[in-house]
Amino acid sequence: MRHLLSTKDLRRDQAIELLDIAEDMAQVQGREVKKLPTLRGKTVVNLFFEDSTRTRISFEAAAKRLSADVINFSAKGSSVSKGESLKDTAQTLQAMGADGVVIRHSASGAPFTLATSGWISAGVVNAGDGMHEHPTQALLDAFTMRRRLHGAASRGKALDGVAVTIVGDILHSRVARSNVWLLATLGAEVTLVAPPTLLPVDTSTWPVQLEYDLDAAIDGLPDVIMMLRIQSERMNAAFFPTEREYARTWGLDDERLARLPADTIVMHPGPMNRGLEISAAAADSPQSTVREQVANGVSVRMAALYLLLAGEEGD
Amino acid sequence: MTAYLITGATLPDGTRADILIEDGTITEVGTGLTRSDASRIDADGLLALPGLVDLHTHLREPGYEQSETVLTGTRAAAAGGYTAVFAMANTSPVADTAGVVEQVLSLGEAAGYATVRPIGAVTVGLKGERLAELGAMATSRARVRVFSDDGFCVADPLLMRRALEYVKAFDGVIAQHAQEPRLTAGAQMNEGVLSGELGLAGWPAMAEESIIARDVLLAEHVGSRLHVCHISTAGSVDVIRWAKARGIRVTAEVTPHHLMLTEDLVRGYDARYKVNPPLRTRDDVEALRAALADGTIDIVATDHAPHPVEAKDTEWDAAANGMVGLESALPVVHAAVVADGRLEWSDVARVMSARPAEIGRLDGYAAGIAPGAPANLVLYDPEASRTFSTDDLKGKGVNSPYLGLELPGAVVHTLHDGRPTVADGELVDPAEVARA
Repeated sequence: MRHLLSTKDLRRDQAIELLDIAEDMAQVQGREVKKLPTLRGKTVVNLFFEDSTRTRISFEAAAKRLSADVINFSAKGSSVSKGESLKDTAQTLQAMGADGVVIRHSASGAPFTLATSGWISAGVVNAGDGMHEHPTQALLDAFTMRRRLHGAASRGKALDGVAVTIVGDILHSRVARSNVWLLATLGAEVTLVAPPTLLPVDTSTWPVQLEYDLDAAIDGLPDVIMMLRIQSERMNAAFFPTEREYARTWGLDDERLARLPADTIVMHPGPMNRGLEISAAAADSPQSTVREQVANGVSVRMAALYLLLAGEEGD
Repeated sequence: MTAYLITGATLPDGTRADILIEDGTITEVGTGLTRSDASRIDADGLLALPGLVDLHTHLREPGYEQSETVLTGTRAAAAGGYTAVFAMANTSPVADTAGVVEQVLSLGEAAGYATVRPIGAVTVGLKGERLAELGAMATSRARVRVFSDDGFCVADPLLMRRALEYVKAFDGVIAQHAQEPRLTAGAQMNEGVLSGELGLAGWPAMAEESIIARDVLLAEHVGSRLHVCHISTAGSVDVIRWAKARGIRVTAEVTPHHLMLTEDLVRGYDARYKVNPPLRTRDDVEALRAALADGTIDIVATDHAPHPVEAKDTEWDAAANGMVGLESALPVVHAAVVADGRLEWSDVARVMSARPAEIGRLDGYAAGIAPGAPANLVLYDPEASRTFSTDDLKGKGVNSPYLGLELPGAVVHTLHDGRPTVADGELVDPAEVARA
């Protein structure tokens, strides 16, 4: 694998391989010495044009546990905010000898442009681009589901037949897109639940079922329910009338939580708006994987960096 | 007296003829013409078309000379077989006063590669707030007849109504960039299944169609002429067809790129394909081709929009909209609608020369290649073909979506007012053109 830009172009065997390597990485996390020498001498740049402390430190931890040198490049207060172009930034990183670039950008496709423009020879990991994709988030979500469902016997397994319901702002969500493609590749059955205003206008080619009614979706007894973060500024753009109406209609409240089967997994990519899209009880219930998702994120990102950067010369 | 004798050319109607040009005017069209002191141009195997007229060109001067100048833009025009271009008003300062349009006119006269007819802004500074001095521009030396805020839509319906009414006084036309601004805030590409997948904010077809529907009703109510720039959707075609059937005085243009390219090109986030209105679907391309063939769409106009390299060499959201088009327009029309027999060459002469000149009230193009007409014509080799490259681009911009594509045809000679601007496939020296 040269770059990790999207889950749409991940093959099933590639995805399972990555998840299996993440299992290996997770085992290392349980050791007293959490560090592997794999990427010693390699340089990984975290190039973040958008604020995201959570994702950045997850990638930073992943790279450091593989013994890579990590450079954090935040657009805020840097030359980028003075108008330096993506191209010039990329060429600067190239001149510094970056082996891998982890990029978060508000523009959809920016990681793709970085990887294909010829500005840079480093492997590129998409850490979230605009409304397009966030592939490591979807991989860590799949990893989390697989572990909950199969435990120690997860290796080699896909998610065939697993019913996953994703609820919330699908339209603006790169997490939703990456999950839709990856889950379908892994054989899961995906249902999207959202107000019609927060769905893309045409999803006819997407491998999903659409549902406007969260209660009907819950009556379908999903194996996994994933709640997406709602940004309150959407309200001002008339996507929905009020936070209260949203929470009442599309929020996972205590009553809906109670109607879910006891083994339904409750997921949220974070950061959560407690009381809006998810109640405190749902977020903190034993069914919730919110904290596991964070821990698994490091393992999955280690696997991604390993696949992109380890043994490049040897292969 | 300067005379040229073009021998053995194929006219748009398919007949073969010699063409005699004396002092900038076509004096004879027929067979077996001779004139001993004329410069001979052997046009055996070449198609003679009337000089092409582009109703929608961005020459960028004054203000954006890093992108294009009147000189470089009209060189690109000549290379594409154009002898007249209408220069859009979104310069800096905006062409919203008599002074600016006269400046652009003068720059065109000095360059000499093509007739430059300035387009005046509809509103002051293209801001959509109050009317520019349309009358002053109309009565200036530039004799402006086409007014447009292109790049922006005249979205306020009352302002649009007033503009349409006002320009009746001098037989003007409002060329509308049909884009409902609220429905396209932040828009990056055609809205549909692909925009959802790529995570790019959508530019819905109905944001164009709803403005056209409103505007044709306004034009009907006040009895004015409306021209719709760069229509890009099948629905727009339906609205225009309906309006024409009602007798509304509306004309419409389509760009070469909307006749050939589809939104699938956006998949690689290559900003060369970023344009406004955006590339649409295969069904839209089909509808536009059919509408050009049946006359619902009146003309082809390039929307030639040069940009410096750095404006395109960037992530998609940050990239500028637009493509250069003058040098490639005729080959693209050839490939898109002539090669499959939908348009004859006589139709091409209509949609790329006579009709745009008529809409813009530019004299001298109505009769085509005929005695008495100014000698504006292009000799085109329809059998040639080449891989389109930056060598084919003669303006400052290299933001062409056709680079690397195989395109038919080649412009061999262009004559503007009886003087060669392109000879044997090469642009004539600027000093020589300027002297003429």
